[in-house]
Amino acid sequence: MNTAADAAPRRPGAAVELARVLRAFPTLLRIGVAEVVAYRAEFLVWILTTNMPLVMLALWHAVAADGPVGRFDQTQFTAYYLGVLAVRLATSNWMAWQMSMEIRDGTLSTKLLRPIHPLYGFAADHLSAIPMRILVVSPIVVALFVTSWDRLARHDPSLVLVLGASLVGAWLLVFFSMVLLGSIAFYVDSAMGPFELWIGVHAIFSGYLIPLEVLPGWARAAADVLPFRFMLAFPVETLVGLLSPGDAARQLAAQWLYVALTGWLALRVWRAGVRRYAAFGG
Amino acid sequence: MIDVRNLSKSYRVHKRAPGIAAALRSVLRRRYETVKAVEELSFQIAEGERVGFLGPNGAGKTTTLKVLAGLLHPTSGEVRVGSYVPFTRDPRFLKLITLVMGQKQQLLWDLPPADTYAMNRAIYDIPAAQADETVRTLTELLEIGDLINKPTRQLSLGERMKCELVAALLHRPRVLFLDEPTIGLDVSMQAKMREFIRSYNERFGAAVLLTSHYMDDVAALCPRVVVIDRGHLIYDGDLRELVRRVRPDKHVTMRLSKPVERADLERLGTVVSLDAAQAVLSVPGAQASAVVRDALAALPIVDLTIEEPPLEEVMRELFHTRGRAPADLDRAGPGDEQAHA
Repeated sequence: MNTAADAAPRRPGAAVELARVLRAFPTLLRIGVAEVVAYRAEFLVWILTTNMPLVMLALWHAVAADGPVGRFDQTQFTAYYLGVLAVRLATSNWMAWQMSMEIRDGTLSTKLLRPIHPLYGFAADHLSAIPMRILVVSPIVVALFVTSWDRLARHDPSLVLVLGASLVGAWLLVFFSMVLLGSIAFYVDSAMGPFELWIGVHAIFSGYLIPLEVLPGWARAAADVLPFRFMLAFPVETLVGLLSPGDAARQLAAQWLYVALTGWLALRVWRAGVRRYAAFGG
Repeated sequence: MIDVRNLSKSYRVHKRAPGIAAALRSVLRRRYETVKAVEELSFQIAEGERVGFLGPNGAGKTTTLKVLAGLLHPTSGEVRVGSYVPFTRDPRFLKLITLVMGQKQQLLWDLPPADTYAMNRAIYDIPAAQADETVRTLTELLEIGDLINKPTRQLSLGERMKCELVAALLHRPRVLFLDEPTIGLDVSMQAKMREFIRSYNERFGAAVLLTSHYMDDVAALCPRVVVIDRGHLIYDGDLRELVRRVRPDKHVTMRLSKPVERADLERLGTVVSLDAAQAVLSVPGAQASAVVRDALAALPIVDLTIEEPPLEEVMRELFHTRGRAPADLDRAGPGDEQAHA
């Protein structure tokens, strides 16, 4: 039987591949934006379904009326949940759902037949949504500035840098987690069950529903070692000034360690999964 | 250009009986069975050849095409396309080939085909001038003009298929895997697609491996056919030779100036059809000229044609008799494989 080593001549190096991908990427992003615009109504409806932080804000705002909860007074809750909304809109994606569907019905074949790694295609699809999301996020950011200007991490340049890197890290961590989850569909009929479970666990341990500081001790200890906090709570806490520069730098290192580990694992699972791909349909 | 040696591909599939009880049992204990889609299949295709890949539903044609295109990993055997092992999906291999599946499309549904072409130009790293020229040439050949600027969802099936072909050929692949490229198209559109495929093959010297249930596609495009059934090769060679082996008779179609008696025709051969103005006889190929001479002398004939039996009939007969008789069909002799376009 053929082995991968039989392939001749030798493949071009990673730098050549990367240069080719970078040349293609602006067009992929442009097409992706055009698709998002074509689906704008559906997209906006989806955005409206991510309003849970506003519900939680209303709840905690009422609770904090009688006095602060830990470090969180009413203003801090407002800053936190507006931050959650903005960071979540900037970094979340639904790729596990998309991958699961494409693996099940065989439409992944189209991506596998192109001379560019399918994960670049998926990444471009989801990065393309960011301009439209920025439009939605802008009023939230304005509200955040108006209500919490003094608390935001804007005085310390190092915190601003950490915030930028943490947002990139959060996007990558979510992306690779989605690749891992979506790749489950190579092995079982659908990845949707594990994806739903992931959403539930993520909601608790990422700080999406409740700030991690106000979780019970055991849950907070779990949140400290799980990767979910680095997908949301860490950038948000940096943004709203809850972290010192030292803590933020330490968490950034931990976040990027998770990015590297998850990325490595996601690529391995993807490669193994593609070997099992049945290319149904057609 | 394409070299397949002892290719086998098996799938492990979950099997359960219908009904709720079986569904519940399958939760606790899943039963799997191995389905052999392709077994020990070997064939080669040279640069510029047009080959029909035939077989009944479930014969393993699409599985073989997917292995050749690098979508599926073979269970065993060796496959090379160009100098590449397909499943490694080397970008240079992917630039060498295209796979068109009549029931799958790569066109972006809500955007005009022109956007898909722009995306493919970037992905395949095609210089802008070359891409523009290819789009212009292909859209002229396919007569689609401004259609490429309308959203894909607003195009008819035939228009979509034509636009799909442009997307698939934009990078000028040298190997075309075409899986039912004319499915669902009307007769005139099918003819245009066939003409286009032939023209592309001649212009770019591309190898073509075509599956189609429309035998007109195969008859018009493929001097050579590879026939498989239940995953096994049963014929590889000249299409006309296959027809001669399976159905050595010929059809003699006569247009008549006045009605004739059936008995007069039965003296000449087997009557396939008869009405007042036309009769069709089936006669052994070797006796066709003698039958024609006798018919012209005895019957009121205004026009006469001699044809091979329709390919659909040939294939129907071939698969109908498979497993019962024609061991001599299993492989054409080496000489049979030379008569390729």
